[in-house]
Amino acid sequence: MNRNVMENSVWVFAENGNKTVADVSLELMGKGRELADQLHSELVAFIIGNDVSNFAPELIACGADKVYVAEHPQLANYLTLPYSRIAVDLIKKYRPGVLLMGATNIGRDLAPRIASHMRTGLTADCTDLEIGDYKVGKKAWEHILLQIRPAFGGNIIATIVTPEKRPQMATVREGVFKRPDSDYSRKGEIVQLKPKVTEEDVILKIVERVKAEKKVNLKSARIIVAGGMGVGSRESFEIIHELAKILGGEVGATRAAVDAGFIDREYQIGQTGVTVRPNLYIASGISGAIQHRAGMQESDRIIAINTDPNAPIFSIAHYGIVGDLNETIPKMIKAYKEKD
Amino acid sequence: MPYRMVCLIKQVPDTRNITSDVLREDGTVNRQALPAVVNPDDLFALEMALGVKDKFGGEITVISMGPPMAIEVLKDALSRGADNAILLSDKGFAGADTLATSYVLEWAIRKNGNFDLIFCGRQAIDGDTAQVGPQVAEKLDIPQVTLAEAIEYLNGDEIVIRRIIDGGYERIRGRMPLLITVINTAQRPRPPSAKRLMFWKKGKISSGAESEEERRRLVNRGLLIPVWNIEELGCPANICGFAGSPTRIKRVESVKLTPRDHKYFDTSEQGIKDLINELIDEHAI
Repeated sequence: MNRNVMENSVWVFAENGNKTVADVSLELMGKGRELADQLHSELVAFIIGNDVSNFAPELIACGADKVYVAEHPQLANYLTLPYSRIAVDLIKKYRPGVLLMGATNIGRDLAPRIASHMRTGLTADCTDLEIGDYKVGKKAWEHILLQIRPAFGGNIIATIVTPEKRPQMATVREGVFKRPDSDYSRKGEIVQLKPKVTEEDVILKIVERVKAEKKVNLKSARIIVAGGMGVGSRESFEIIHELAKILGGEVGATRAAVDAGFIDREYQIGQTGVTVRPNLYIASGISGAIQHRAGMQESDRIIAINTDPNAPIFSIAHYGIVGDLNETIPKMIKAYKEKD
Repeated sequence: MPYRMVCLIKQVPDTRNITSDVLREDGTVNRQALPAVVNPDDLFALEMALGVKDKFGGEITVISMGPPMAIEVLKDALSRGADNAILLSDKGFAGADTLATSYVLEWAIRKNGNFDLIFCGRQAIDGDTAQVGPQVAEKLDIPQVTLAEAIEYLNGDEIVIRRIIDGGYERIRGRMPLLITVINTAQRPRPPSAKRLMFWKKGKISSGAESEEERRRLVNRGLLIPVWNIEELGCPANICGFAGSPTRIKRVESVKLTPRDHKYFDTSEQGIKDLINELIDEHAI
């Protein structure tokens, strides 16, 4: 492999989920494969943990040309220092052009640490990634990573580039990209690393860990009833739960509703939450900020219920109801119960 | 044992309540029209530092990088109980991405002296990146604990922190020095004390134009908040601000919403019934 291809390679940090590779990492393998193909380069996954080499075939099936596996009993659970040191050592040795990570709690702890060490750029919560060019004055860069995300300030999408530094780093939330179909006939190379864990690496120790099963699964829901600030309170959110239950759907929420304490963070849909594509999305009391739309606009059918007829949510809705959700939703529940 | 603590805070436009008055016709937000506030998570970080100070004693220095008007967030923090404040302000800091920001904060923390604990909010509401805390920790070559909810044990340089993980929480035992980013489910921030608020209302940064006498008066009364610029920090200018930022904005696009053909249903019983029936006919529900 010549140096040029190596320095253009696309890397994905494969996060260790609950006995599997995290969904977001597999989703990134799909996008990473596309980017690597456009760059005529290779896609590399690296995974850190204990007993994780059995994940490698799945990563190859999802598009990896090569998988680096760093296993050690003391790496069973994520710890900032050894994970970032191992990642940095790998990056310094193999010099990837692009490094993608899930914007999970782990990814958001690890990615900035690596970026800071490598003195490179990092774009959080991208909603799309492409390969393209960048020109400023007489200088031009070809085939670099375009990191696309909504920016603060309303209906604005920014394209960010890291022209000079490598790797070009970006994080992406779960659900933004589609998980590729596994193809177990694909061939790839598995490289076992023999990482050492030093005293200094484990200066912080996990003394207790309490992990609940994931309660909500918004990503695979067919029907989602979501509430925003317009719902008004945690108590009023009850009717959202009720409608979701009667329709056999899941409950979702905007970031504003989560921040206001109406509902827990795991229900958040949007750029900084999960991205969903249900058959039916009922947006109740949601104005439709771009950050929220980014996470739901590909739903097959969108119903918007809002008192403000000018709310942006109506522009992407298939069905609109201008009115108070506190009146509308009980009527919907009633009408559904009375259906023939 | 008293602890030497630093709390990093940021002034942000209050994006939590964007009303139509601050929206321009093209749908973008007029940033200037939004009230400038202390980033909400940063108040939780300050509260965690104040909690340590209440129990064990110590000194809290709040540091903020921003334009001169960012003095307001420092005054807010001082009114809530912080001991010292430093504003990092220089035209050369403008246009910084998170990496360039973390450089300046690193230099300021080192110049400020030894420390045991550094506190930051989990993330700022104007960018939501959650990057600066970990980036600063890496530059200072110290460990970090992100998404902290509580310090549950503290004895000498030993500390136990409860932090959020995906789907649960964990307890981490570590040693100082340490950087902690604090989530908004931690202890609720205390309000400013009325007495301190009155005092710090008169707090000022040096404008450079005031008389020596005025300056001395502010210093004597403890009302002068120091401002460190690039020269004062002694850091290379090419690692700060836009010049020191590895990221560039290639393009900013305004998303035009072209209204989709959609059906309106009225809120009468019949209107809602029609909607439900249509959804049933389309096998959507």
